[in-house]
Amino acid sequence: MTKIAFLYTLIRKDEKMLLESFKEHNIEVDMLNTREIRLSPQMELDYDVVFNRSLSTSHGIYAAEYLQHQNIPVVNSVSASKTCADKVTTSLALDRYGINQPAFRTALTEETAIQIIEEMGYPVVIKPVVGSWGRLLAKINDRDAAEAILEHKVTLGNYQHSIIYIQEYIDKPGRDIRSFVVGGHCIAAIYRNSDHWITNTARGGQAENCPVTDEIAAISLAAADAVEGQIVAIDLFETTDGLMVNEVNHTMEFKNSVDTTGVNIPDKIVEYLREIYL
Amino acid sequence: MSQTQTQTVTTQTCDVCYAEIELGPDTILHELMECIDCGTEYEVTSLDPIMLEEAPMEAEDWGQ
Repeated sequence: MTKIAFLYTLIRKDEKMLLESFKEHNIEVDMLNTREIRLSPQMELDYDVVFNRSLSTSHGIYAAEYLQHQNIPVVNSVSASKTCADKVTTSLALDRYGINQPAFRTALTEETAIQIIEEMGYPVVIKPVVGSWGRLLAKINDRDAAEAILEHKVTLGNYQHSIIYIQEYIDKPGRDIRSFVVGGHCIAAIYRNSDHWITNTARGGQAENCPVTDEIAAISLAAADAVEGQIVAIDLFETTDGLMVNEVNHTMEFKNSVDTTGVNIPDKIVEYLREIYL
Repeated sequence: MSQTQTQTVTTQTCDVCYAEIELGPDTILHELMECIDCGTEYEVTSLDPIMLEEAPMEAEDWGQ
């Protein structure tokens, strides 16, 4: 009998929707909680696939490392998860594939960061290399703000905050686009509308259906390929130079997008996993 | 470890505002629940008997 394991930290609404879909498809899943799993090189687990839905990025990646080490496929793969988890790695992967994205630079000291920002011109956006839900994003409008934010990052943050990821600020039309890619198909997209420059739904952005155009599908699939992502969500900016990829998410949230798009995203995911692995 | 669920609707009291939190028969172990009155988040830490504990603090690497 084929077996699937569901790797998780806590059960959000998204995980619950997925588990309901597995049940409706008569697929039994074993639950692997990242807070309880004891990782060792020989774990004697017998799964056809592990579906990584860990809320904790670090838990998910390290657990997946051990699971892949036992030759158990993990979706998304460790490589894809690591690429998506780190904004520098994501941007470099997109660049390698020539995918349109905002200009980006990385500085390893405050001094270099200031030089880069002044070269790029204000405003710019500084982001933590690992982070989600719009946390700790800073729009830097002038040198005073740059100096203050950089000092705070380097002084108060952990070592990762000293890796300073700087992105060109894109003046969005009051929204961005979140597209959903499952197994090489762009299955749905939403607009995230907000008066704030941060449009994440976790920060109050309002979801609205966005028809999947050929342009959205093409850049979304290219971004998924660039990070080797099987089940990923792509954040897109609309610009006068066409669509740009902002970020790629490897444990995508979709709870606000099912009713909005009319696409049963958890069913699409479960059907893909069944088709490929079970 | 396999997915287990409660059989009946149960109510728990919010530690913060004392509102009732309803848990349906489809409640899952380690599910996040939110008090609809004050927004406090809880984790279901046991199904039999039903037990809720305040959810872990959001960590810097949580997300999608």
